[in-house]
Amino acid sequence: MALKLTATRLRCQRGERLLFEDCTLAASAGDMLVLTGPNGVGKSSLLRILAGLLAAQEGTVAIDASTLGDEAPVHYLGHRDALRDALSVGESLDFVRSMLGAPGRGLSVDQALDRLRALHLLSLPVGVLSAGQKRRVALAGLLCAGRPIWLLDEPTTALDADGQALAAGLFRDHCAAGGIVIAATHLPLGIGAREIRLGGSPSAPTASPA
Amino acid sequence: MWALLRRDLRLASRIGGGAELGLVFFLILVSVIPFAIGPDQKLLARLAPAILWVAALLATLLGLDRLFQADEDEGVLDQFLIAGSSLELIVLTKAFAHWLTTGLPLSLAAPLFGLMLAIEPEAMLPVMLTLLVGTPALTLIGTIGAALTVSLRRGGLLISILVLPFAIPVLIFGVSAANAVLAGDPLLGASFAFLGALSLLMLVVGPFASAAALRLARE
Repeated sequence: MALKLTATRLRCQRGERLLFEDCTLAASAGDMLVLTGPNGVGKSSLLRILAGLLAAQEGTVAIDASTLGDEAPVHYLGHRDALRDALSVGESLDFVRSMLGAPGRGLSVDQALDRLRALHLLSLPVGVLSAGQKRRVALAGLLCAGRPIWLLDEPTTALDADGQALAAGLFRDHCAAGGIVIAATHLPLGIGAREIRLGGSPSAPTASPA
Repeated sequence: MWALLRRDLRLASRIGGGAELGLVFFLILVSVIPFAIGPDQKLLARLAPAILWVAALLATLLGLDRLFQADEDEGVLDQFLIAGSSLELIVLTKAFAHWLTTGLPLSLAAPLFGLMLAIEPEAMLPVMLTLLVGTPALTLIGTIGAALTVSLRRGGLLISILVLPFAIPVLIFGVSAANAVLAGDPLLGASFAFLGALSLLMLVVGPFASAAALRLARE
């Protein structure tokens, strides 16, 4: 189990408000972590800190992917789909593949779209897609890039029942293949996921089940 | 980075992308000014390099407000940051794509538009060359402004206010290099050298300053 993500005693304060402190969690290859908690408790901030997009006031995030020879193993997908309306679905995913992918890793654009049953969207511009279709394309981007650690913020919003089942299957397969999925979501992602609840008490400490 | 360049050029060429828009804006500015100045051909010819330069400056600023903001709105900027490649290089690539779709075409079109300003034939090539050398500096200065205003809604006007004062040196040396030829001096004189130096300086400072501003906007 080479892949490992460890966050130690993280503290996050946005402006005057203390979101959480002393937050510790660990995940290694094959783990699926689900962050839950009421709105505004800091799930998104925690994910952004783990992704390195936001600095924590205290604490450290360590990612060990050394045996994979991987310098940037993290793939973050936020509320927004990171797709530009003017480009076609194929062009967008091609770009994700070359920007975030590495040689010999990740599925081809066709394969990734096929996994999400969205291959028929390939040549359409992103601007004409529905919110759910965009989400499917964004999730296909995860497969195109093929990075081992997925940090997902509400990954199944706007998806229909079929899409949610597909996404849950996708995450399970990713973990089974030795990846890590950490997702902030209110939807049940199925068996095998560890739940980490933020904001249990007023001071919002988080226990690490790991 | 090739992928990013290709993507940005593709985006610019799509509807609302702004590639042709900059050129058309340049054309409109250049054709409006003679109406304001009047039909004095001698005066127009003397002012032509300056008019072309001011029009180029404004046309360059036109597309800049969306340079990073369009990506930020959709969350693509986060993807750039997790990509693992240097943000400075990403900024430079985006600036290059912007120049290829704005600065380059309007530099090449300048002699044509100069005809409307009764520009003297011997000044045509110098004006084009000064624009070619000077517009990268304008784009790169504007890139810093675009990065600083990335998290603001309707930051376009603010960019202009931030950027225009810093564009003044480029304007001074650009116009004086073009006028030097009209005065009988060689084109590759001191002004032209300063113009080139400004572009090179901004090539170094621009990407770093912009990347720092973008990182600051994450907080």
